[in-house]
Amino acid sequence: MLLIRCPYCCEERSEMEFSCAGEGGIRRPEDPSDLSDAEWADYLHFRTNPKGLHREIWCHTAGCRRYFDVVRDTVTYAIHSTAPIGATTQVDEADG
Amino acid sequence: MADSTRRLPEGGAFVRSRPLAFTFDGKALTGYEGDTLASALLANGIDVVGSSFKYGRPRGIVGYGAEEPNAIVHVGEGSARTPNLRATTVELEDGMVATSAARGPGAVTGALARTFGRLLPAGFYYKTFMRPQGLWGFWEERLRTAAGLGDVPEGPDPDTYERRHGHADVLVVGAGPAGLAAALAASRAGARVMLADENAIIGGMLRFSPVASGGESAGEWSRRAAAELADNPDVTLLPHATAFGLYDHNFVGILERSAHGNGALGKAPRQRLHQVRARQVVLACGAIERPIVFAGNDLPGVMLASAVSAYAIRHAVAPGERLVLFTSNDSAYETALTWHHIGREVTVVDARPVADGARPGDARAAGIDIRAGHVVQEAHGRRRVQGVEIAPVGGGRPERLDCDLVASSGGWNPLVHLSAQTGVRPVWSEAALAFLPGSPRSGVHHAGAINGHASTLACLREGFRVGSEAARLAGFESAQAAPDLPTTDEQPSAPGEALFVVPHPRPGRDSRQFVDLQLDVTVADIELAAREGYRSVEHAKRYTALGFGTDQGKLGNVNGVAILAGALGQGIEETGTTMFRPPYTPVTFGAVAGRDVGELFDPVRRTPMHEWHEAHGAVWEDVGRWKRPRYYARGAGESMDEAVRRECLAARGGVAMLDASTLGKIDVQGADAARFLDRVYSNGFRRLGVGRCRYGLMLREDGTILDDGVTVRVAENRYLVHTTTGNAEAVLSWLELWRQTEWPELNVHLTSVTDHWATAAVVGPKSRTVLRRVCTDIDLSPDAFRFMDYRAGHVAGVPARVYRISFSGELSFEVNVAAQHGARVWKALMEAGEDFDITPYGTETMHVLRAEMGFIIVGQDTDGSMTPDDMGLAGLVRQGKPWGFLGDRSLSLPEHQRPDRPQLVGLAPLNASTVLPEGAQLVTEPRPKPPAEMHGHVTSSYLSAALGHSFALAMVKGGRERMGETLYSPQADGSVIPAKVVPSVFFKPMADANGGDVADEGEAAAEPLALEPLAATTAPAMLNLCGDGKAEFRQAASRALHLALPEDPCTTARNASIAIHWLAPDEWLIVAQPGEEAEIERRLRTATTAPSAAITDVTGAHILLHLAGPQAREALATATPYDLHPRNFPPGRCIQTTLAKTQALIATPAEDTFEIIVRRSYAHYAEAWLRGA
Repeated sequence: MLLIRCPYCCEERSEMEFSCAGEGGIRRPEDPSDLSDAEWADYLHFRTNPKGLHREIWCHTAGCRRYFDVVRDTVTYAIHSTAPIGATTQVDEADG
Repeated sequence: MADSTRRLPEGGAFVRSRPLAFTFDGKALTGYEGDTLASALLANGIDVVGSSFKYGRPRGIVGYGAEEPNAIVHVGEGSARTPNLRATTVELEDGMVATSAARGPGAVTGALARTFGRLLPAGFYYKTFMRPQGLWGFWEERLRTAAGLGDVPEGPDPDTYERRHGHADVLVVGAGPAGLAAALAASRAGARVMLADENAIIGGMLRFSPVASGGESAGEWSRRAAAELADNPDVTLLPHATAFGLYDHNFVGILERSAHGNGALGKAPRQRLHQVRARQVVLACGAIERPIVFAGNDLPGVMLASAVSAYAIRHAVAPGERLVLFTSNDSAYETALTWHHIGREVTVVDARPVADGARPGDARAAGIDIRAGHVVQEAHGRRRVQGVEIAPVGGGRPERLDCDLVASSGGWNPLVHLSAQTGVRPVWSEAALAFLPGSPRSGVHHAGAINGHASTLACLREGFRVGSEAARLAGFESAQAAPDLPTTDEQPSAPGEALFVVPHPRPGRDSRQFVDLQLDVTVADIELAAREGYRSVEHAKRYTALGFGTDQGKLGNVNGVAILAGALGQGIEETGTTMFRPPYTPVTFGAVAGRDVGELFDPVRRTPMHEWHEAHGAVWEDVGRWKRPRYYARGAGESMDEAVRRECLAARGGVAMLDASTLGKIDVQGADAARFLDRVYSNGFRRLGVGRCRYGLMLREDGTILDDGVTVRVAENRYLVHTTTGNAEAVLSWLELWRQTEWPELNVHLTSVTDHWATAAVVGPKSRTVLRRVCTDIDLSPDAFRFMDYRAGHVAGVPARVYRISFSGELSFEVNVAAQHGARVWKALMEAGEDFDITPYGTETMHVLRAEMGFIIVGQDTDGSMTPDDMGLAGLVRQGKPWGFLGDRSLSLPEHQRPDRPQLVGLAPLNASTVLPEGAQLVTEPRPKPPAEMHGHVTSSYLSAALGHSFALAMVKGGRERMGETLYSPQADGSVIPAKVVPSVFFKPMADANGGDVADEGEAAAEPLALEPLAATTAPAMLNLCGDGKAEFRQAASRALHLALPEDPCTTARNASIAIHWLAPDEWLIVAQPGEEAEIERRLRTATTAPSAAITDVTGAHILLHLAGPQAREALATATPYDLHPRNFPPGRCIQTTLAKTQALIATPAEDTFEIIVRRSYAHYAEAWLRGA
């Protein structure tokens, strides 16, 4: 059971209060009609699934209901950082 | 009875004045308070406690604690029986009924197994039973019966269990010397400490240390330490509690067994599962003794050396007369001296060439016979050991010693389990001759015997040091003086010797050298596995079943690893251990379930009209967590079909009423509300007029239908979105995801009002007349109140929103009032309709009525892969909106353009009374040859009273082009149901809701109903306030409320009349005096510039519970993972968290006083939970 710091409630809370909304840092394309079917499918379905640091979006479902960025290690389950949406730098920078 | 010789006349730490009667395998026996079941069995001379798994050999008690492999028992009777407990860890109770779980393969097969033991080698399951494959099922059943590992009680468990969340700065596992010292050090530094130990006594064997000359003895010290900890309110002592799992982020599972047994004392739970979150964890788990394997080592009467002394010292039980103590280290000499002190004979067989340490010296001085340089190579006996064969190390003439008890000690195995569960591999130490825990992960510390220390003083010193360090890392710096240590007469130990198994000079004895006593794994099995190529310890384990029993090989696994290493000609380090996984010892399902059983198993959500439905024959359907009436049985004899027919005819011909309160409702407010809805719905909402309603479809980004429902434009910048009942939370999360992550620039706020509104759908040609009797301030005439109009007014004297929408095709008004008025308005409508035989109807009738119209239900007619066009709803896709909409791009993908996609059609069974089963597959021939191509499936199917025949909706490949075709549905019973493909709309109401109108009978037909006066409300006013969080907004809102909005996260601002709870950086909940909601809303709307703020009355959406008193925090700890200790949750704080299986806002106006705000539909569940806690 993870312990996750909600960047809005400003304290660590039990994983029970949260839900994961998948990989973070994926922006919806500005104009989807400009994309080929393959490019659109890439946005829709393809995710990085890395071994190591992974940028994710979590929601404090049972708390403030706010979504936020999490960088989590998929090997150790360590939470590297949490931050309001958009405030997180890229994973590789966060690691450095 | 052997009791007279087994129970010593004096000594022990049990209560001689309190005898306890118990039975074992039907035999009446007596023990004492303070006994374990094992000590009582030994005292009664019970040598054989079970027979072995594979060979049916008699087995006796070996150990003292969790490592016990043989004494596996069932305790209790009937449904209260708990299977597979270790007798060594069961505290004896008066009247206890225990039976042996290990009954082995039974008398006949057991005898065969003894004779043909060689025919059951390692991997014999695989070799013998797997081929031919079909026979495995046959063998499996017999093997499981033969295995004799007990059976599951059949009835529901009458005992109660509980889960409780715990919090500690420092959690110490193990209350031996190191653990006690660590807990003392951390608590003296000011940390909140939890100390858990699986034994009944805090301090463990330290309590029984011999009195030292001069100064405080270790026993006295441990009593003082335990008392100091017990007196500290910030220390939680948990005896009888096993920490079984160390999970991520220092989440620890601890199973506490009630000291009072099987719930005998009132409602005290029999077991409590503590889910503890600790900042720092100190593992002071200690070590258990490692046996030495020799031939015949499984005979009853062969025990661990430390177990022999523990029974003697703590329980005054001597499990034999003449002891042969076989050791390769100094520690076992304590047992020899103990045995000597109780006046019985002992011979020490020491495998080391010389035994000249201080302890052996003491033993020699006491006149104990020591045979250095010798080993026990075999034990003899039939149902009990009668003698041993000893021989010089390296060969030589064996000698026979008579004895009835053999104790062995091959060193100590640190209890690395919890440490290793975190993924830290244990490391073999040649110095300690043990697997020591690897370097701990951050936040975890090791102290004491787990690190291989043998000396009590070393453990104490390390405990103090590690405890202080853990406290410091948790934020508690201490200027602690030197630790206070007891005086002991400890002497340095001479090094032990690595001895795991004694080779036998005669061949064939390796099949009698038992490594895993529970699963009958022998040295021969391990050697065979090595010869057959199982080089990895994990593979060898699985092939031989070593360590697979309920004891998980705590006794013999390290011997097994060493024997495998020897067979492979490699080192122990290289061989390594197998993976350690939780739980350390078995955890009952009851404890895992806790109070989540019976009516609390899953929360039941109730609408405000629940009691009325209950009183009027509702038969319930579960929809998500909601209970909805499925139909109302009139009298006892009415069947569902009859009731549904009656309800349908009332809706089509007169008037009927449905409780639609469960529909998801989201209040959408803000200057960009229209823009937001245009993006999330496939159709358009920007041009929807104020006071109008529109049906809409939400798509996922892949173009499939996510949800549908009616949206009402309440005001220029305010909409009310309806979702399906089951999808309400998912849709809100989906909308919030887009609002917060992709479109933060949009000025829009979403507030769930599902629980706030109670909804009564008044349906049928007479609905207008009925409604008119209780609603006088809305013009209900067809011209003034058109289809898809929304009007606000009063119904039954209560402010109401009325929507003229229809899910049945009939004239219909959906009346919405705040939930606290729901029951009143429902009853008033029933009364108003009495003259027209108004008929309450349930979900089944709702389904028939909507299906007759071809209206879909998302999740029933759709399955997550259907597009709007598949459902014949292409008209609801509006291309060319400024931003487009979610899912837009995917609709043009080739997959979504295929002509053979499934399409919604109607099906008319050729036999008009046959109802197709929902889910039935459709093919083109009555009896197709497999593999037949599936052409579709039935999604909804009913018998229609209005049509006079059965009908169905179905998804059929290219179905809209196949009208008139006959499809066939083969059934499991061999019959085939033919049905014709027809349009999906079956019914046209006589005067339908959206075209013409039902003739208005006029006001004269509707005499106003005399109503009970409205009672003064007691529900606290509640408003949800959202804003941009900027200074201007905050100041305006604060002025209107005469109280500043709290800025700090998770805090409450409060004065005598209102409380403002922080919900999020831009969201607050205002709780005020009953009845003030309208006035506060008015003041806020006037003060704030409307577009930047969202103000939502949620008075009906929540209930407020008060909980106060010293037990309040403990009750809440069973329900919420949040730490409500005043250090963490001082007055003025408020948090939103999980409360059992629902959610709540918890505020604390004063210490030990809690306000709990839960959603109204969960109120019954939350109150039931807290009442029981």
